[in-house]
Amino acid sequence: MELILSSSHLLSWLIFIPLIGAALMFITPGEENQRRLAFVVTTFNALLSLKLWNGFDASTAALQFGERFSWIPSLNIEYALGVDGISLLLVMLTTFIMPLCVLGSWTYITKRVKEFMICLLVMETAMVGVFCALDFVLFYVLWEMMLIPMYLLIGVWGGPRKKYASIKFFLYTLAGSVMLLVAIIALYLWNGQHTWYIPDLMSQPYSMTFQVWVFMAFFLAFAIKVPMFPFHTWLPAAHVEAPGAGSVILASVLLKMGTYGFLRFCLPITPDATLAIGPYMLWLSIAGILYGGFTALAQSDMKKLIAYSSVGHMGFVTLGIFVLNQSGIEGAIIQMVNHGITTGALFLMIGMIYERTHSREIKDHSGLAYNLPIFVTFITIFSLSSLAFPATNSFIGEFLILAGGFSHNKIIAGAAIPGAILAAAYMLRLLQYVLFKGEGRPDISDLNFRETMTLVPLLIFVFWIGLSPEPFMNVMHTSVEFLLAQVNSSQAVAALALP
Amino acid sequence: MLFLPELFLLGGSLILFFITLGENKGTLAKNVTIAIGLLFSILCVVGINKSGSLFFGAYGIDFYSQFFKLIIGLAMTFVVFLAPETKGINRSTRPEYYLFMMLSVLGLVMLMSSAELLTLFVALELSSYALYLMVPMRDDTTGERRQMEAAIKYVMFGVISTGVMLFGMSYLFGLTGTTYLDELVPQIRNMTDNPVALLAVLMVLAGFFYKLAIFPFHLWVPDVYQGAANPTTAFIATVPKIGAVAIMIRIVTLANPASSEWLVLFLMIAAVASMFYGNLAALVQTDVKRMLGFSGIAHAGFVLLGLLTMDQMGYTRATFYIIGYLLMNLACFLVICNVSVQGENVSRDDLKGLYKRSPFLALVLLVGMFALAGIPPFVGFIGKFMLLAGALQADHLTLVILAALNTAIAIFYYLSVVRVAFTSDPEDRPDVQVGASTWAVGMILMVLIVYMGVAPNKILGVASQAMQVLM
Repeated sequence: MELILSSSHLLSWLIFIPLIGAALMFITPGEENQRRLAFVVTTFNALLSLKLWNGFDASTAALQFGERFSWIPSLNIEYALGVDGISLLLVMLTTFIMPLCVLGSWTYITKRVKEFMICLLVMETAMVGVFCALDFVLFYVLWEMMLIPMYLLIGVWGGPRKKYASIKFFLYTLAGSVMLLVAIIALYLWNGQHTWYIPDLMSQPYSMTFQVWVFMAFFLAFAIKVPMFPFHTWLPAAHVEAPGAGSVILASVLLKMGTYGFLRFCLPITPDATLAIGPYMLWLSIAGILYGGFTALAQSDMKKLIAYSSVGHMGFVTLGIFVLNQSGIEGAIIQMVNHGITTGALFLMIGMIYERTHSREIKDHSGLAYNLPIFVTFITIFSLSSLAFPATNSFIGEFLILAGGFSHNKIIAGAAIPGAILAAAYMLRLLQYVLFKGEGRPDISDLNFRETMTLVPLLIFVFWIGLSPEPFMNVMHTSVEFLLAQVNSSQAVAALALP
Repeated sequence: MLFLPELFLLGGSLILFFITLGENKGTLAKNVTIAIGLLFSILCVVGINKSGSLFFGAYGIDFYSQFFKLIIGLAMTFVVFLAPETKGINRSTRPEYYLFMMLSVLGLVMLMSSAELLTLFVALELSSYALYLMVPMRDDTTGERRQMEAAIKYVMFGVISTGVMLFGMSYLFGLTGTTYLDELVPQIRNMTDNPVALLAVLMVLAGFFYKLAIFPFHLWVPDVYQGAANPTTAFIATVPKIGAVAIMIRIVTLANPASSEWLVLFLMIAAVASMFYGNLAALVQTDVKRMLGFSGIAHAGFVLLGLLTMDQMGYTRATFYIIGYLLMNLACFLVICNVSVQGENVSRDDLKGLYKRSPFLALVLLVGMFALAGIPPFVGFIGKFMLLAGALQADHLTLVILAALNTAIAIFYYLSVVRVAFTSDPEDRPDVQVGASTWAVGMILMVLIVYMGVAPNKILGVASQAMQVLM
């Protein structure tokens, strides 16, 4: 996997602009100015990432916009960045979600605005960095660094059970990544050329036993982050207690890091272990889909409902990854983006309604259709998108994943189908209650201009991806082909190395 | 000229001694100590490239010793700065307090240059006895006389481990007929199959295991940390540990790396036992100082990971780690010293709502605790990471996995402190005022912790150059 170097340092700018913004925040007086500064910085970053989109060459699987410098020479650690068709969309998703998070917490956060915005900006630095990092140590540093601002977002600005939720989130994720660290060091020592540079670690003749160990260590870290069944228990707690913007970041970006990890590391670095363990992953995904669906059906708290639906949706994503064919993986990548858009929007909307009623219970929000037409329009569309209604974005993703599933194994794909039906059941139940049941709530006001503007960009993407997915799919074709070639061809390499 | 920094410290001690003759000169003594510490550090920097030997070869000046002297001098200055009013030490004995601190540092500084066993022993005792006196110098506010209990424990365990060390030194002398390290090293290295040589090295190490608080020489730690005044604990927790690591590296180089499986095994067991004992015991502590004491045991175990690879890289990384540990610990003690109202101990509940009472101290605490826990981008992460990488390179896979598990255990108690500071309400606890000097020290510590975590090259390079002298 070659790296096309670029002299523009675009990725570095994308990573460090939020950090510069966080530094500026210290000297910005006034809460309103701090909100504005955060919005300007994140919007600027989003616009800057359009340059990434324009300059991206979809015809090659190479890593682009590359930067590679020595960082800690005594350990061979490098500062290496680059994006390919797999990470490009995720970087864009991150930069575009962040200004919406700032907008969404404009009036939601009233205490310690400065610190809140600093946390958001540091998060953005770490998140963009994770998707671009090509050096394993750099990746790990950013991956772990993210825990601190996220912990504070939940712990300081969270709901009544924030202590429990924040500590559970922190311990779970940290425990998962400890073995990742050992695996990373092991890869460094075993690869012969003593490098942390990720592309050089791929397609190496590691023995099968070694691959299985590394895969398991990766799996623990990434499965907790996704979260895959049965490692999902931190997610509902964290989602329910996090402030609106925190939930959005969690759902839209953080969860994607787990699945991104599978794609970027597990598949190309330990291909034989992937082929061997992949079938079990499929069944875990099915378990997650069904479990998430059934549990969501029983929730009375809107945030919890969406949180469990995330478990189900991410189950679809891991299913798509481990069927190991073109349509499955492409579906998984586009579904990662879709889930970021749709679930992000739903969490934003729950945050908005929570500001008005200070409740997240479904039963407290019945009959909103009578008084809040704008709100209801948005929530209907996003709910339909969440249950993968045709013409919305998730339909494309789920369709591709299931198509990939059927060409891989009919039984497994068949087992995932009830998940799609469950999604319709719990989302429609939510809609029915919130929209039409009961008397209506004349005491609460409809969405204002700022809130509407927060949701409109997401709405556009719901239909854009739903009706014309070509531009989004095109960027990943070559990269996914190359990834699959890496998985399938390396069998021979490893077979040679085995005694 | 070579001896100038030490002479300077000695002169400083004399000045402090004269100050103790006056009454209520605590502030003056403090300022003098800071001035001496800074000037001493400057002298070390000026003379950092000097080398030579003094007193018939018993006292060696080289880059290695000068490097550690500099760190010790700076660390002492930081410790004095930490506690704005030296709360907890009786007003009338404050000058004496600084006098003993200075003498202890003098002992440690001489320890760095000791090239002969008896010099080494005398220097170590000079630093230890001054410390033994500092522990009971605490105002007795509770009437429980805890500081006395702590002092007795500190002295008793100290004397026992010193005895063990002397016994080991006598074996070294008996085997080789010399007490000079440069003559002793090659001879001991050739006695690969002699169990007495191994035993001797282990016994000498024991004396420094005590200083560094490594299992099974850790027993004094919790009570001394708890019983001593906050600034005293800050001193004991940092400065002598630097000295201990420096000398342990010198002693481990006595062994022949090619044939010292037993020494490695011993170090490995000590490391694993320290890590597990320290981390598991720390989980249930409510007194923050006591918790830091147990965490110190665990960190000492981590330092051993660097020593047991028996190569220059491992020593460099251990040195880097202990310097990082010094900074992280000082950051935590800065918070403890300032939150404490009358110089009493700080329990975890006393930190409740700290982020409302003093956002700055809460931030320092966050950086310090997360750095100790080994979260990037702080120095604790990169230090741990390098030690793990080094140990794995030396094929100690099991050890590395156990150490990694410990990192996961440790996070819980560090996090619980941060949690109390950030997610609890202050209830009726008063705001904490932060003075300019505290602010400055806190800033410097945080910047250094992040700087060493993100750009460790410079310090690694210097440390590696220092280790080169030994190899």
